[in-house]
Formats: sequence, structure tokens, C-alpha cells
Amino acid sequence: MSYIIEMIGITKQFPGIIANDDITLQLKKGEIHALLGENGAGKSTLMSVLFGLYRPEKGIIKKNGEEISIKDPNDANRLGIGMVHQHFKLVHNFTVLQNIILGVETTKHGFLKMDKARKRVMDLSDKYGLKVDPDALISDITVGMQQRVEILKMLYRENEILIFDEPTAVLTPQEIEELMKIMRELVKEGKSILFITHKLNEIKQVADRCTVLRKGKCVGTINVAETSKDTMSEMMVGRKVKFSVEKTDAVPGEPVFEVKNLTVASRHGTKKPVKNVSFTVRKGEIVCIAGIDGNGQSELVYALTGLMPVEDGKILLNGKDVTHLSIRERNIEGMSHIPEDRHKDGLVLDYSLAENLVLKKYFMQEFQNNGFIKFPAVFKYSDMLIDRYDIRAGQGSSAIVRSMSGGNQQKAIVAREIDYNPEILIAVQPTRGLDVGAIEYIHKKLIEQRDDGKAVLLVSLELDEVMNLSDRILVIYEGEIVADLDPKKATIQELGLYMSGSKRSEAV
Amino acid sequence: MNKRNLFRSQGFTNAVSSISAICVGLLFGLVILFVSNSSQALQGLGIILKGGFSARARGVGQSLYYATPIIMTGLSIGFASKTGLFNIGASGQFIVGAFVAIFIGVKLQLPESLAWSHWIIALLCSMIAGGLWALIPGLFKAYLNVNEVISSIMMNYIGMYGVNYFVKLYVYDSLKALSQNVAETAVIPKWGLDHIFFNMTGNYKDTATINAGFYIAIAAAIVIYIVLNKTVFGYELKACGYNRFASKFAGINEKRSIVLSMVIAGMLSGLGGGLLYLCGANGRRIKVVDVIAPEGFNGIPVALLGLSNPIGIIFAALFVAHITMGGEYLQQLNYVPEIIDIIIAIIIYFSAFSLLLRNVISKLFRDRHVELVSDTGPAGKPGRFAGASAGLNDGVEKEDK
Ligand SMILES: Nc1ncnc2c1ncn2[C@@H]1O[C@H](COP(=O)(O)OP(=O)(O)OP(=O)(O)O)[C@@H](O)[C@H]1O
Ligand SMILES: [Mg+2]
Repeated sequence: MSYIIEMIGITKQFPGIIANDDITLQLKKGEIHALLGENGAGKSTLMSVLFGLYRPEKGIIKKNGEEISIKDPNDANRLGIGMVHQHFKLVHNFTVLQNIILGVETTKHGFLKMDKARKRVMDLSDKYGLKVDPDALISDITVGMQQRVEILKMLYRENEILIFDEPTAVLTPQEIEELMKIMRELVKEGKSILFITHKLNEIKQVADRCTVLRKGKCVGTINVAETSKDTMSEMMVGRKVKFSVEKTDAVPGEPVFEVKNLTVASRHGTKKPVKNVSFTVRKGEIVCIAGIDGNGQSELVYALTGLMPVEDGKILLNGKDVTHLSIRERNIEGMSHIPEDRHKDGLVLDYSLAENLVLKKYFMQEFQNNGFIKFPAVFKYSDMLIDRYDIRAGQGSSAIVRSMSGGNQQKAIVAREIDYNPEILIAVQPTRGLDVGAIEYIHKKLIEQRDDGKAVLLVSLELDEVMNLSDRILVIYEGEIVADLDPKKATIQELGLYMSGSKRSEAV
Repeated sequence: MNKRNLFRSQGFTNAVSSISAICVGLLFGLVILFVSNSSQALQGLGIILKGGFSARARGVGQSLYYATPIIMTGLSIGFASKTGLFNIGASGQFIVGAFVAIFIGVKLQLPESLAWSHWIIALLCSMIAGGLWALIPGLFKAYLNVNEVISSIMMNYIGMYGVNYFVKLYVYDSLKALSQNVAETAVIPKWGLDHIFFNMTGNYKDTATINAGFYIAIAAAIVIYIVLNKTVFGYELKACGYNRFASKFAGINEKRSIVLSMVIAGMLSGLGGGLLYLCGANGRRIKVVDVIAPEGFNGIPVALLGLSNPIGIIFAALFVAHITMGGEYLQQLNYVPEIIDIIIAIIIYFSAFSLLLRNVISKLFRDRHVELVSDTGPAGKPGRFAGASAGLNDGVEKEDK
């Protein structure tokens, strides 16, 4: 069997770390090849090497048996290699069509010839079922739609080797199903796909083979059909991983966090994203807000944490009215927040890891003295969190967060917010983009927090996480809480009915 | 630290890139020298490079005197850029500060016992005036999301015309068509500098204009360095500059930070105005002409060359002042004054500009990732100067999530 792409002995170093250490990856024509590895194992780096973003120190790349040199993404494109980055590279104030043809415009005497391009884009979109509106602005469309644009971009350039870097981390379960279908379609056409994901189910579903990386080294390549999920995760983490969460029954105590008739006004339109929502979270319980993306979860969390004003209603924390307190005051009252968008809200990407880990504490006595930051204390604290939460970065505390792997960025936020030891932790998709080992650890920490008598409000799109972790499930639909369920009694099907709005419990 | 570490250290890399940028600028300057008068080009370059040294100690003192205000405007622009703002309004803040200093220097009557504080009061007021001038664009930016570039440019014009008007009204010397001399007590003292920077012609001691203002500028740079790198306040300002949303998330009052950043930047420029104009008889006076103060604009290449680092800015300002002085001595040769201006401007601006191309250059040397970590940040974010190149290198930035 000949390989369409071979990466042989690839070594890529960054200051303080060997991100790829003599890695060999062989991609067959027409296969979906998964790339699995812990956070920071070097998956994105390896793909960036193939896409011409990084030059490796060692190693060669072959296409159809012939050695090739890829100096930049243009070279990659010429060789038929396309990549969908985890964070899309789209121009936000351009239309879908303009984004797709950007860089490969058809012109006549220097003028754009859009008609021809539009026709080709629409043909491609029909053929693969990638529904897009060519004239919509990128800033107006959903993440799922943006991803379709990215895929169309690759197809428009007639790329035959497609790289997907964690495409499913930002998608809803429904969108993931669709993406899987499209990927199968594409390989049927003879295209070859490299697919990074942390979700073993997805690998099982679509991938033919899977290469496992650990700490920059290649552990091996396996046939997916013949390998169990347990084996795969063991290969990647180096130990057995438990997929179900072990926890005792909750013993809820006093109410900590009370939300009464909360209504949030929309930023743009007139439709209120959150309508008359009331619920209570008690000490020692994990309450989950489940729902299909876009039903008001984001706005609800923004209002609870003070990032967005409340139109009507009350928020009580330990009996104290915090509805109109500033964010800082809420934090001090004991609120902490793992945000949905880690790059926008969660991190100062150009600060070091240490500076980010004290983002909510830098002003406290512990870390400052008469207005001067006590850097030794900051670094000591940061080293402690890095060690405890296994945050991996080339240069430890002084690593610039922008240079860290996506999963490790997430771990940094989770570490900071949990270590704040809040009365109420509002966690939105806390395990997004984490590897199975890290997810296990974070789940354990959340349960510890609960058992410690603290409260957790979890917002998650992932039903497995919802069912496993929560003690109570509130279903949100079109900005209203439509059900209050006990995960031990409710079934996934039932949950689905509430989430889609076809069922509504009268009790709430 | 061993040698290897020294060569890999960030400061070293930055210094090397600034120095090579200067070389590129000089090269372009040489080309223009050749084009306009090829027979004297090399000699001309020699004169430019000699700068103030052509006139011995006094010349050097004069260079330092010119460096003082552009250290301040450079600091102002560099500080703003570290906190995510582009303070193109340094000129306006500078000239308003200058006027207030002169006004107080001329008009304020102090009792004998307090006369020693005259120049200090004038300087403090110049700082306050500059700060207030920057407060307006700061408020607009923070509360109405008006781009600070546009509002500061407008403030530059208002400042220039306003100051011209008020100079004529209150402190005009119509014989010389300049602002009046400030009172003796308002002149910044020399603090020993007059014993270093002078030339003797026969029995006549020709002293340079430089005064303690130079020390004050250096001290300002050190203070700004400490504020930015060591304090809680600086941590907050920089965080807001890098990511407004995350700062808000962390509980920082990001609107207040934006306003304060602008005000501090304005105070630095305003103080620069005071430092330049509170000087004795042979120093500068405000000319009532419709030209925006060049000191403000010269702060831009200074901040760029100094990579917005306060200590780097001191050296960059010294370089710019040195080259500018060199230009003055170039008149000995057959160069028209306008051409000289062009040559000097080309050297300065090409030096700064080639820094923008830093990553492109380093790309040629295939040394990309080292740059990556050292300067990141999308264009329009802080480090707009320090890392302006990052924009050019977008694709190579960390892609993930
Ligand atoms: N530009 C960079 N500069 C410095 N270090 C880097 C850079 N890019 C990656 N690294 C380091 O290389 C290692 C591998 O990173 P990479 O992004 O490839 O991980 P990953 O396998 O994609 O992880 P994740 O699952 O979290 O996305 C990380 O430790 C990261 O800190
Ligand atoms: Mg990655």
C-alpha cells in the first residue's frame, strides 16, 4: 500500500520543549486518520509542520513517495494540503463567498469575476450538503456555519489532503453528526483526512487508523476497528482512565445561590434571551443547565457573573443581593467563573502563565505589597498550580500563554477558578478541548468541591458530562427553564425532548 | 548567566534588531545623499554620524537638550502602546503643556521665599495640562468607543491653534515674534551640567542649553519602567491593553484603566513640553506658526525604535536627537536645508520602519519560532510597536483554540 503523505522522523523544538520528537506518520489515500494524544502532546504542532507553518529541525515529508519541501502554507496549498484550524481563520467583515475565494480569486484585467466563483461555491455546497449563505457576513453566522465555510475553502482549492484540528470541540452534538457524515463523504471521493480529536467515540465512529502521540513521541499507529477505547486511552495517557465518574449521593445543605425571576435584555434584537428564570443551587450539589446551544445559556451566565446587566430579577449569593455588584465584588463574595470563550474572556494571551494564574488574585495581600506585585510569590503560586493541575508548557510559569497548547490553556483557567475556592463555581464547558485524563481529573476536582460543601453550576452541551456529573438538571429552552430533573431517574431521551422544546414540565 | 544565555536573551535580540534597523535607515540616508550631491555624500554621512560632537561639548549638550522632549513624547507613545492605545495626540499634549509652563513661568509672581519652586510649579502644571488634554480622547474611547487616533488628531489641531491664540494674547514677544522669556526663577536649573557641556572661545564660555530637565526625563523613564513592570497598577493597565474582555472578566475596571492610560501618556507629553521650553535665553521659544509640534510625531519613531521599552526609548531618543543635530551641521556642505530635512527624516523613519519588517527579515533567516514567542499580539493590540511585526506573521502565531 502506498501512502499519499508520509512524515518521517519529524522533530520540532520550542524553547524548553521538544514538541515533536522523531515522529513518523503515514497517511493512506482515502482514509480518515485520527491523531490522538494528551494536551500538549504535539498534535497541532505536527499538523502545522505539514501545513507549512513551522519548519521542523529534522525529518522529511513525502507525497506519493517523493520528498517534498513545504516552506509556507502556499506551498502546502499547491501540494493539495488544506487545514481547518481550531480557531478559524476567517475575515469577519467579509462575506462567506469573499472568504472562500480569498487568495485564489478569479480575475479578468484585474477585476474580480465573482459570478464564476459563486457558481463553483454553490455547486460544491450542494454536492457535499454544506449549506451556507454565500452573502452572509462571517460575523453573523454560527460557529458551525463558519466551520462549513472553512471546509468549503479547502474544497474550493481542490485540496485532497484535509487536516481538521479538533473540529468538534466547538460544535453541538447535532453538528458533530453532520460533520462526521461530510467527512465520510469526502473520503469516498478519494480525499484523505487527518483528524484531531480528544473524543474516542468520534474516532471509533469515523476513523480507519489512529496514530497516538505522548509527550511529543509517537507511541504507535493502530487500526481503529481492532482496538478498544480503553486501549487507546491507555496508550495515550500511559495508565487506565475511568470514563464514568465515581461519586456518592449529594447531601445538599443551605441554599447558596438563588436566582429569582431573572430577565436579561438582548444586546441587539428585541427578543429577550433569558426570561423570568428562577432556580436555587444549594451547598454540596452540582446543578447543571442543559440545553441546545443558543437557548440563552451564554446570556444567563453573563448576567449571573456580571458581564452583562440584568433587566429584572434578583441574584442572591449566600443571602446577599449581588444583582448589581461589580464583577470584582461578586468574586470577592465567592463567585468564580470558567468562561465559555477561553480566548476572549478567560486569558490574557500575551501574559505569562504565572500572570494569568493570578488574574483574579493579583491585588490580594498575598501577591502585592504597597502596590508592587510580589513576583516571587506569584511564581511560587503558579508553580504550585502547574504541578497540581499538570499544566504543561515549554517554559513553565514564564511561558507566554499564547504559545501553549489549547488544552493546557483550558487547564490553566480551570486551575485558577477552582483554586479560588468559591462558594459558587459557574463552569461553562469546563472540559472543552481536554484529553480524557485531564477530564477525569477535572471532574474529580469538581466533585471534591461539591463534597467540600461548595456549590457548582455547570453549563454543558455534552450530555454525557451532564448525566455523569450533575445532581440536578435544569433544562433551558428559549431562555426559560422548562424542567428540573433528577439525572438518576431521567433518561437521555427524555432530556432530549425537553431540550428540543417538545416537552415541558408543569412543575417549573 | 553564561554567554549563550546573553545572546539568546530577549533584550539582546531586541537591541540587535533596533541597531540593524538603524543601519538600514542610514543606508537609505546615504542613497539620498548620493542622489542630491554625490561628491560630498560620504563626507555628509560622516557629519550626520558625528552629530552634536561636531561642536564638541556644547554640541553634545545641545543634542541632549533636544533629546529631552522626545524622550518624553516617546515615553508617552510607548506607554500608551503597552496599554493598547495609539497616542498620536502627543503633539497636542506637548504643546498645551508647553504653553501652560510658559504662561506660569512668565506670569506667576511668587514671594521671595517660594521663588525656588517656580519652575517646579510650572512643570507640574504642564503635566496636568497634558494629562487633561489626553483625558478627553480617553473618555471618548472608554465610554463611547471612539477611536483614540481620530479624537487625538483633532485635539492636536485644537491644541495648536488654541496655543497660538493664547500665546499671542498673553505671553507674546512681538519683536521677536516668539513667546516671551520666562522668569529667571522658572528656568530649570543646570545642576552641574553647565560645567560639562560648554565650549570656550577665548574667554567666553558658551554653555549648552541642557539643564536638569534631562535628568527629569531619565527619571520619568525609570518611573514608567517600574510602573509597567513591577506594580499592580501596571499589571492592570497592560492586561486591559492586551485583552479588554479578559480584564473585565477578572474584575478590572477596564474603562477606568483606558482613561488613566491616556491621562498618564498625556502627562508625559505635557511634561515634555515644559522641559523643552522652561529654559534660559539660548533655548527654544514657541513660534506662532500653524504647524503641529514635531516633537510629538518624533515620539513615534522613538517609541518604535525603543520597542516601547522605557529604557530603550532613552537610547532611541538620544539617537534621533544626535542625527537631527548632525543634520544642522550638514549645512556646511552644499546641501539645501529642505534636502537635509528629508535626509534626516528618511534616516529616522526608515530606521523605525525597518523594525516593522523585523519578522519578515527573521523569516528569511528561518528562525521563526523564537520571534513568535517574543512578540505576539494581533495588530492593533499592545506591542503594536514592539510586535507590530506580529501582524505580518499572523499565520504563524499559535493557531490552537
Ligand atoms: N509557538 C510555540 N512556542 C512555544 N511553544 C509552543 C508553541 N507551540 C506549541 N508549543 C508547545 O509545544 C507543545 C505541543 O503543543 P501542541 O499545540 O502541538 O499540543 P497539542 O497536542 O495540540 O495539545 P492540545 O490537545 O492541548 O491542543 C506544548 O507544550 C506547547 O506549549
Ligand atoms: Mg492542539
